[in-house]
Amino acid sequence: MQPFAYVRPATLSEALTLLDEHGPDASLLAGGTDLVVALRNRTLRPKVVIDLKRVAELRPSISDEEGWTTINATSVLTDISEDQRIRARYPALVDAAVTVGSAQIRNRATLTGNICHASPAADTAPALLVYGAIANVASVRGTSRVNLAEFFVGPRQTVLQPGELVTSIALPADATPRGATFVRITRRRGVDLATISLCCMVEATGRTQFAFGAVGPRPFLVADESGLLADLDVGDAAKDEVLRRLLTQASPISDVRGSREYREAMLLVMSRRALRLSIARLAAA
Amino acid sequence: MRIHVTVNGAERDLEVAPNTTLLDFLRDDLRLTGSKECCDLGECGACTVLVDGRSVNSCLMLAVEADASEVTTIEGLAKDGRLNPLQDAFLAKGAVQCGFCIPGQVMAGQYLLQRNPHPTLAEVREGLSGNLCRCGGYVQICEAVLAASEVGR
Repeated sequence: MQPFAYVRPATLSEALTLLDEHGPDASLLAGGTDLVVALRNRTLRPKVVIDLKRVAELRPSISDEEGWTTINATSVLTDISEDQRIRARYPALVDAAVTVGSAQIRNRATLTGNICHASPAADTAPALLVYGAIANVASVRGTSRVNLAEFFVGPRQTVLQPGELVTSIALPADATPRGATFVRITRRRGVDLATISLCCMVEATGRTQFAFGAVGPRPFLVADESGLLADLDVGDAAKDEVLRRLLTQASPISDVRGSREYREAMLLVMSRRALRLSIARLAAA
Repeated sequence: MRIHVTVNGAERDLEVAPNTTLLDFLRDDLRLTGSKECCDLGECGACTVLVDGRSVNSCLMLAVEADASEVTTIEGLAKDGRLNPLQDAFLAKGAVQCGFCIPGQVMAGQYLLQRNPHPTLAEVREGLSGNLCRCGGYVQICEAVLAASEVGR
């Protein structure tokens, strides 16, 4: 690993000032499970690493206020999957959080880091997309809120501008009863990236949303407003037709984890499965 | 940078360069070579230690991040020269073949049993899914964790 300076700000304003000062020479450190690999591989060569874990405002916490559940930037995936409120309200996010890496990775990796790293295969992205999550963004210039659906630009690229960081991710309270499920295919269980991943949410109104990962340059969200997918009286053939239409936005590539053709075929299979599971979760809600 | 860490119960105060991983710090500076360096990517689990009670890949953590933390390595499990029940179970079940992955497997098992004292086989497999054994001795390793979970029941 090449040398770098390590700074550990105690407050958000200190962290933002440092980030503003050092610009592209700085890397942010939350859980480190992506950053330390990049430092060792020298794909990143920062002059300064800014550790966010001791920033008072970013300490691990999950809080409820004004209809939002807010997950602070340094909350790790284990914190999220073990939180009773998250388990009750956002089960698909728990499905996703417990599939990331291994117990050791989940004890260090943060939800915010998973999103900011912006891998097309980020496991938590599809669930956050269907739940309508937002990222709270801060810089020395002020704060803003970004809908996750507008957050991802491309592989490892987000809308974040130099000097900006995500202070928390917030999920809106459920307005209507809903059932959501996250499913994915990997070559082996544990410490593997998704070949494909997706999250389905069926609302009591009949609206159905899908978000997909690892089948395009960025995770993306699509919706069926017709109510057909959620309708128990509609046959599989008619549902497949709707699913195929929703899947036209997927543009999977062939790589070591699977071919384009395999991914396309599995997208339909896994979409059907997630739809059935989500309908069952809605009925149980 | 100067860091203060408690390693296996002993307080240490040492100077460490920011570009040193916790694993290198443990092995090279503290001479605790039980934790192994293998993939250096967080995929094999050979470097697993506990930091403030949670299992982590010490190759994915900078030593400076451990400042003010408590670290437990494989060397910290035995007390007064006696192996702990999980280590005993690894011996009793013949779970150690070449032995390279075992410190990491034991630490991952230790963390699992702390959280879930009586896991099912499926839970053991899931709990150890971040630890690779190139000898392929998973059956005995899982049996050892299950056997340790029965001790004192």
